[in-house]
Amino acid sequence: MDISVYRAPPSDGLLIAPLDEFTAVYHRASGITHLLTDPAPQILVAVQDGARSLDALLVHLGRDYDLTDGTREALAARLEELVEAGLVERA
Amino acid sequence: MRHAFSVRIGPVGFRIGSDWRAPIAHLETLYRDYPKPLDGVPDFTVRLFARRPWRRFLRPSVEIGGDYMLPEAAPLPLRQGLLAAEMAMNLQMALGARRYLLLHASAVERDGRALLMTGVSGAGKSTLATLLAAKGWRFMGDEFVLLDPATGLVHAFPRLISLKNEGIAAAQAAWPDTRMGPLLRATPKGDIRHMVPDARAIAAMDVPARPALLVFPRYGFDPETRSVQPGEAFVRMTQASTNYVALGEAGFRGLTGLIADVPAIAVDYPDGPRAIEQVEALWADL
Amino acid sequence: MGGPVTDARMLARALANPSSVVGLDAEGWTALLAMARAEQLIGTLAVRLDGLAMPNAVKAILADARAAAEHGRRAALWEAEMARRALAAVDCPVVLLKGTAFVAAGLSAGQGRSIGDLDILVPRTSLDAVEAALLAAGWEWVKPDPYDDVYYRRWMHELPPLIHRERDRMIDVHHTILPLTARITPDAGALIEGSVALENRLRTLSSNGMIVHAAAHLFGDGDLAGGVRNLWDIRCLVDEFGTEGLGADALHHGLHREVARSLRLVDALFGEGRTGGIDRLYIRRLTALDGWGRPTRPLTRFAFYVRSHWLRMPPAMLVRHLWTKFRKG
Repeated sequence: MDISVYRAPPSDGLLIAPLDEFTAVYHRASGITHLLTDPAPQILVAVQDGARSLDALLVHLGRDYDLTDGTREALAARLEELVEAGLVERA
Repeated sequence: MRHAFSVRIGPVGFRIGSDWRAPIAHLETLYRDYPKPLDGVPDFTVRLFARRPWRRFLRPSVEIGGDYMLPEAAPLPLRQGLLAAEMAMNLQMALGARRYLLLHASAVERDGRALLMTGVSGAGKSTLATLLAAKGWRFMGDEFVLLDPATGLVHAFPRLISLKNEGIAAAQAAWPDTRMGPLLRATPKGDIRHMVPDARAIAAMDVPARPALLVFPRYGFDPETRSVQPGEAFVRMTQASTNYVALGEAGFRGLTGLIADVPAIAVDYPDGPRAIEQVEALWADL
Repeated sequence: MGGPVTDARMLARALANPSSVVGLDAEGWTALLAMARAEQLIGTLAVRLDGLAMPNAVKAILADARAAAEHGRRAALWEAEMARRALAAVDCPVVLLKGTAFVAAGLSAGQGRSIGDLDILVPRTSLDAVEAALLAAGWEWVKPDPYDDVYYRRWMHELPPLIHRERDRMIDVHHTILPLTARITPDAGALIEGSVALENRLRTLSSNGMIVHAAAHLFGDGDLAGGVRNLWDIRCLVDEFGTEGLGADALHHGLHREVARSLRLVDALFGEGRTGGIDRLYIRRLTALDGWGRPTRPLTRFAFYVRSHWLRMPPAMLVRHLWTKFRKG
């Protein structure tokens, strides 16, 4: 069972500019600009105000979005990408 | 260095030193109506030098150097010394400019608003800017557009206009009496000739403008215009900027601001006059 | 353009004694800025001259230099953070070196400093684990040549260079501070043991360790390129921490001559010290720059270049290394 928690920089650590289906995100600590597509921006916002585990994140997103089968795997994959990009830290 | 020349173009001052007289003589002639660097202190130093002392005379070839240098840059023959000087100035800007977000684009202004044209080499940025200037627009620059991230305004950077191949004849037809540099044949980018911007462009170089239209021209296609989506425009502009990353947060704010405020249109065109029509129509629709 | 001989002593004077720039004319400022850029010291100069009266054009140029240094600082600290995350599971001390260490610890040597790649020092016994962790986290080898790799691993003081595939930034992983082929062999274990922890559990060398490292770096490379900046680093460290116990530490690492020479050169270049003998030659080499930012004094520079290879490798090894490279074409 994956007990990792995931955390993003606080809200003043990111500048977020929605463009179209892409969202430009400026990460202040690194100076790197990322271009994200859904659901990455939504994941970021969800883990900004406190760390969440993968399952807690699923519950949180499930409140505002319809989640289909395979979502858990897809979410884990997106989180992994965000971790590698440095936007999300795993603890 | 043996020979030297200083000049200010828009907000940027340059000092150019050379082991040979010839490139400096060209610069003195073509930039003679331009001001000098503010307070006599240039922002960037450029050096045109011979790698070995005997290379000043024997098959003279000009190495490009300055505050910022590229180690593998190939030298140019002395007869293309003016091109070396212009390339060297571009290099300093590309690697060292910090005060403004640099966009690889040409720009012209009308009524305080700017039209920006960006694209790869050969898309027609320089030629279109020249043709529009002949139709009464104020020429702001053909190589770099300087965007102030704090205000969103663009500042003019009217260097010698670098015309290539067929663009040379087109520009000469539009501006028959303008001073030109020497015709440089068979450079790495084909035939090149430098044209001095008109007196109005030089006189107004310190007057900024608000960007109103961003055009991505493509030369040699059937005429067509289509909207470019913000995401694509943003990516293309980061690629068209040499210092976006270096500017950090200011770069992000400046560029997202530009994309949010200014419509982006791709324009395919078969020839200069048709392109002018398309652009004027787009401008009228704003 | 005649006039008095201009060399990098002008830059040294401006750094050591900021108010000395007040009389500069346009040509003087232009030369000073060109030299500062050539020596990677324009950010430092901007910090040192902050607030002094100067022409507006100079003020704007130095403001740009500070902004550039700030950007570089942020990028360097981020690389350190990503290395920290990648190495969190490896149970060994990770010691930051050089510019990144200065800014991470908030030292005066870090103010306005230009920073290159990330350099870290880890115990030799942890190298394999560190290498594996970095490769798993997105770093990859820069050069895939097997001979260079064997040479590197056996003789150099660091892993072959790694670069991060997304961020395009290099990391140099050291296990000691001079190549194993060099004539001097510092005590890497002692350096690590004496290191100091930062809040985020990364470490820096002790202040004496940093001075010894800077001196080793300055003379170990031999050709003294970038020497003025290196000496300025040492001056800042000595100013901030003093030299208590430095002599003994330097002796322990076999670098007492280099450290002593560094301190004399700091005094000569940035203070009132007088130079004699070989020191004068070092100063000549270090200040060999003109008002256009070009290197001068070619014979002096060449002498130091030849010496630098002699320092790094014993003669027999040098021959074999060059022969093998030659055979491969």
